[in-house]
Amino acid sequence: MPSTSSSELALDARISAVRMVSGAGASHIGSALSVIDIASVLYGRVANVAPDRVSDPDRDIILISKGHSASGIYAVLGNAGYFPLEWLDRYCVDGAPLGGHVTAHGIPGVEFSTGALGHALPYGAGIAIASKRDGNARRVFVVLSDGECQEGSNWEAAMLAAQHRLGNLTAIIDRNRLQILAATEEISSLEPFADKWTAFGWDVVEVDGHDHDALEAAIGGEHDRPRVVIANTTKGKGVDFMENSVPWHTNTPNAEQAADAIAQLEALREGVTR
Amino acid sequence: MRDAFMAALTEQAQQDSRVNLIIADIGFKVVDDFVAKMPDQFLNVGIAEQTMIGVAAGMASLGKRPIAYSLGNFPTIRCLEQIRNDLCYHDLDVTVVSVGAGLAYGTLGYTHHTVEDIALMRALPNMKVYSPADALECRAVVELLPTTPGPKYIRLGKNKEPRIHEVQPDLSTGAPVLVRDGSDVTLIVVGPIVTQAIEAADALAKQGVSVRLLTCPVIKPLNITAIREAAAGTVGIVTLEEHTLMGGFGSAVLEALAVNGWRIPVLPLALNDAAAATVGSQEYLREHNGLSTESVIARIADFTAFV
Repeated sequence: MPSTSSSELALDARISAVRMVSGAGASHIGSALSVIDIASVLYGRVANVAPDRVSDPDRDIILISKGHSASGIYAVLGNAGYFPLEWLDRYCVDGAPLGGHVTAHGIPGVEFSTGALGHALPYGAGIAIASKRDGNARRVFVVLSDGECQEGSNWEAAMLAAQHRLGNLTAIIDRNRLQILAATEEISSLEPFADKWTAFGWDVVEVDGHDHDALEAAIGGEHDRPRVVIANTTKGKGVDFMENSVPWHTNTPNAEQAADAIAQLEALREGVTR
Repeated sequence: MRDAFMAALTEQAQQDSRVNLIIADIGFKVVDDFVAKMPDQFLNVGIAEQTMIGVAAGMASLGKRPIAYSLGNFPTIRCLEQIRNDLCYHDLDVTVVSVGAGLAYGTLGYTHHTVEDIALMRALPNMKVYSPADALECRAVVELLPTTPGPKYIRLGKNKEPRIHEVQPDLSTGAPVLVRDGSDVTLIVVGPIVTQAIEAADALAKQGVSVRLLTCPVIKPLNITAIREAAAGTVGIVTLEEHTLMGGFGSAVLEALAVNGWRIPVLPLALNDAAAATVGSQEYLREHNGLSTESVIARIADFTAFV
């Protein structure tokens, strides 16, 4: 039974993601927990998409550039009814559809396969340009990680998108401030991050990346040039020992840690809007 | 060849609005006619090859047929991961075009020597690889594009290459194209270096060696059956290309023969495995990198005599 609200979707997805990663012995749970609210608002509230219209030519296009957050994205898609929930139980199993990076091959709701960083913003710019040429009103949403913005291809595409005033393009950056080995600011600083995007000609909005109403307003708003939503998030959001923790980019929760994490998340259910 | 390509592409784009020419700020005066006729099917992304391929992929995902055009190694090696992941993984209908491949821009230095592109493009799944030898082959390759889905790579020469063929060859089967018949040895060439092969064949004829000369503009998918048939009755196959030996056309022929268990002697003639830290004309650099006309003649004569 699909989740009924974006808040419930996010909570269900967090629990699913912990189970998936723990069961598979996989990494990237911190990134998954950090992006899940963004993805829940995108798929559940803002974008013109639905599980029964994945091939609708007029649908909006959601691109997940941070392909390593696959467990979180798949958990959102599964709990939103894009494919059977049972698929989540076979995450990273031999021959199963769902693997450790987001793939469009045979996964309803995924538009573009990623895993190497810095690929989806140029691709999204191409869709936005082609849509304008065709007079199609579809919007393109690209979800990026903050560390990913160290890849130069994003800035190539950022220049081009501003040049062509791609108002149909929105980038959402999961600004959790951590990358694999340390804080982004300790390795190759992104700040002043908003100023950088402003200087590149983008319409910049900063929000709490776990506040669904704020995300909806920022992502869903109209703009006449490309918009970037810098969504300030907490890596590992919802599980106290994973929050703001560098090792939980890479670590796998063992059975005990997973049970603890799920208990913490279940305890949040009472406060969830349905 | 460059002008022939652009003329053929312009005609195609006029008939098919899905064709979009995307450039990374290469093509001074070359793209003017296209832009004048179809400004809405043209895009200059700036000096940003990764974005050129990403944008092309995004456009192709909506049913466009983008042509991503640049020079030398820029549209391939600079954005190899975009070609691999965005185009080939998704099997998108994008044609990547490199002008001035091989040693055409020899005086511009090693950065502009495009001598590993066949190997790199050929190794990618779903990718088709074409290397026309003259303007007519180039036009024939362009005419294949609408009916050949998925990612494609075209390796162009520079311009004003001599015309080799009398009539435009049919490339629909990928079979090599006969340039002149002969009976002793089969020489199969890709690209504009065919002019050197003609010189060699003339010289060998004077030595009493009859060369059957063909070009093979369709490198992938390779029609190895047709190549084998083309060599029938001769002592074996010599391949010639302006590309490094490893992974190039000759390598493709050897792989395909081996996979099929066909024991035909092959002499692959290609450039040395070396970064030419010198500049010079195309002819000078061929010689510098192991493909002087004299050595080509001598090696074919040896192969024919002793194989």
